[in-house]
Amino acid sequence: MRFLLHRLGFFALTLWAAVTVNFFIPRLMPGDPASAMMARFHGRLNPAAVHAMAIAFGVDANQSLWSQYVGYLKNTVTGNFGTSLTYFPLSVSSQIAQALPWTIGLIGLATVLAFVGGTLIGTISGWRRGGAVDSIVPPVFVVTSALPYFWVGMMLILVFSVWTNGALPNDGAYSLDATPALSGPFVLDVLRHALLPALTVLITSIGAWILTMRNNMVTVLAEDYVRMGRAKGLSNRRIMYQYAARNALLPNLAGFAMSLGFVVAGAILVEYVFNYPGLGYMLLNAVNNLDYPLMQALFLMITVAVLVAVLICDILTAWLDPRARSAS
Amino acid sequence: MSATILAGTPGTAEVPRRSSRRRGGGLLAAVRSNRKAMVGVVLLVLFTVVAAFPQWFTSIEDPDAHQFELSLPPSSAHWLGTTAFGQDIYAQLIYGTRQSLVIAIVVGGLATVLSVLVGVSAAYLGGATDSALSAMTDVFLVVPTFPLIIVIAAYAGKGSLTVIIGVLVVTGWSYGARQLRAQALSLRNRDFLESARVRGERRSYIIVCEVLPTMTSLILATFLGSALYAVLTAAGLQFIGLGDSSSLSWGTMLHWAQSNSALQSGQPLWVIAPGLCIALLGASFALLNYAFDEISNPALRPIRRPRGKRSAS
Repeated sequence: MRFLLHRLGFFALTLWAAVTVNFFIPRLMPGDPASAMMARFHGRLNPAAVHAMAIAFGVDANQSLWSQYVGYLKNTVTGNFGTSLTYFPLSVSSQIAQALPWTIGLIGLATVLAFVGGTLIGTISGWRRGGAVDSIVPPVFVVTSALPYFWVGMMLILVFSVWTNGALPNDGAYSLDATPALSGPFVLDVLRHALLPALTVLITSIGAWILTMRNNMVTVLAEDYVRMGRAKGLSNRRIMYQYAARNALLPNLAGFAMSLGFVVAGAILVEYVFNYPGLGYMLLNAVNNLDYPLMQALFLMITVAVLVAVLICDILTAWLDPRARSAS
Repeated sequence: MSATILAGTPGTAEVPRRSSRRRGGGLLAAVRSNRKAMVGVVLLVLFTVVAAFPQWFTSIEDPDAHQFELSLPPSSAHWLGTTAFGQDIYAQLIYGTRQSLVIAIVVGGLATVLSVLVGVSAAYLGGATDSALSAMTDVFLVVPTFPLIIVIAAYAGKGSLTVIIGVLVVTGWSYGARQLRAQALSLRNRDFLESARVRGERRSYIIVCEVLPTMTSLILATFLGSALYAVLTAAGLQFIGLGDSSSLSWGTMLHWAQSNSALQSGQPLWVIAPGLCIALLGASFALLNYAFDEISNPALRPIRRPRGKRSAS
């Protein structure tokens, strides 16, 4: 329990750091872009939009920096991110709510699949050390883990879409002429559109999990408790999963939490390449349109998503590892 | 170039090696007897030569100039064809090597220095300093840096080379710092450090002359990891158009290829070639990194004993 409380504290600290960074970025930039933007949009936007920008930046010339900061924190906590400039007069929150399911469905699922699949392959490779699987796994996946995400996506588009006359779609989350509904054809359409981007995430991220899991397995298999299990005559299956893999998984979970930032970077680029209407694609669009309120809220949203994933890893760690549970 | 990797690696597990790796030549000998490391070194040397002397590899002096016919297919005059702007793709590739390599090496080096400073001093100083530095490291690790970079770039305008390098260093040091701290912690109470303390050596002397040399292999791994991070992240930034679009790099080549729909308009080489170079440069760092893991941890090396005995520890 104390372990989880400790991690919750870290969660809060990181979130606060991200929010604070978000608050200060516009203020630390040369030439004060916040005021410059306000001035630039002043004549062209109605008062409501200007007010939205003021909320996004927390800018109010009559207030001290401190009270601006407090007001900004309050708006952030209550989810009031103001109005999007691109999709005016829709609120930033509604835009994000629209994009979030696509990102979680595509990137979230593909990442979890890569982690689970990679961990399994790594377990087998480390267990049968020097076997057929293990002789090809390390070199192949060292190379795939160094591939640029967006380029893999483009190569998949080239092979499965361009060279095969559009066998698989490479643009958007569903066909333009399809009407979103919970019907068989529409679900199939969505899945077809998700296939290539999901494959991209899978190909580029699975290698890291395989390699760390394999190396952890190799280290763990040399431990005395594994030999003890053998001496007791336990089945190979039991030793492999209950003794070795369970322990080898711990550092991998920690590694998963730490490399999520990298996964997010890849995900943004994948969404960009496939025009997939998730958070990353929306972020790049917001940047191109200088939609600062949307941009800042998206950064916070992505940070929260990563932090939640990290917290889930922590809970899993506490569940798998009695030492973490009882640590004072 | 890809053939080198494919041909060089699959045999690793079966080939018995008799050279004693522990002594005799140290690191160099170890690298030479590890195939993954050799492939990595060869690739890296190749790219370094290309980056240093691009004029040896192509007769075109200004690869940026729009001087040829548009969108030519590959021919003996233009090995990889030309872009939609009439630039020679092969020449761009050659001249683009320098920026990618410079970013990798400089970011790798600076981020490693930062990792060592933060990680080792956190471990060695302990107490409240350690708690503060570790918390900072963890925050930097978890906050998704790539969207942060994008947001910063949106405010600061497109990045020059120095801006990109600075941003990548600031966002790329934390992973290494965490690992270095862990290793430095495990060294803290070793006898040789105790004896140095008893001898009355200064703290700075102990850290620089006693602690750091024992951590060489992890520091090297940190460098390689940061360099890989730099290659891929810089390419991503350049690809979405946040790089210095006036200078030549593989990432900006991909940016222009994408914005001209090179895939759809029948110019796949414009996309394949620069991406492959990024992948190969990244692979050379990743292979070296993995090989150093094997060298410093013998348990991870490909097995060389006759099969059937592998269950013994």
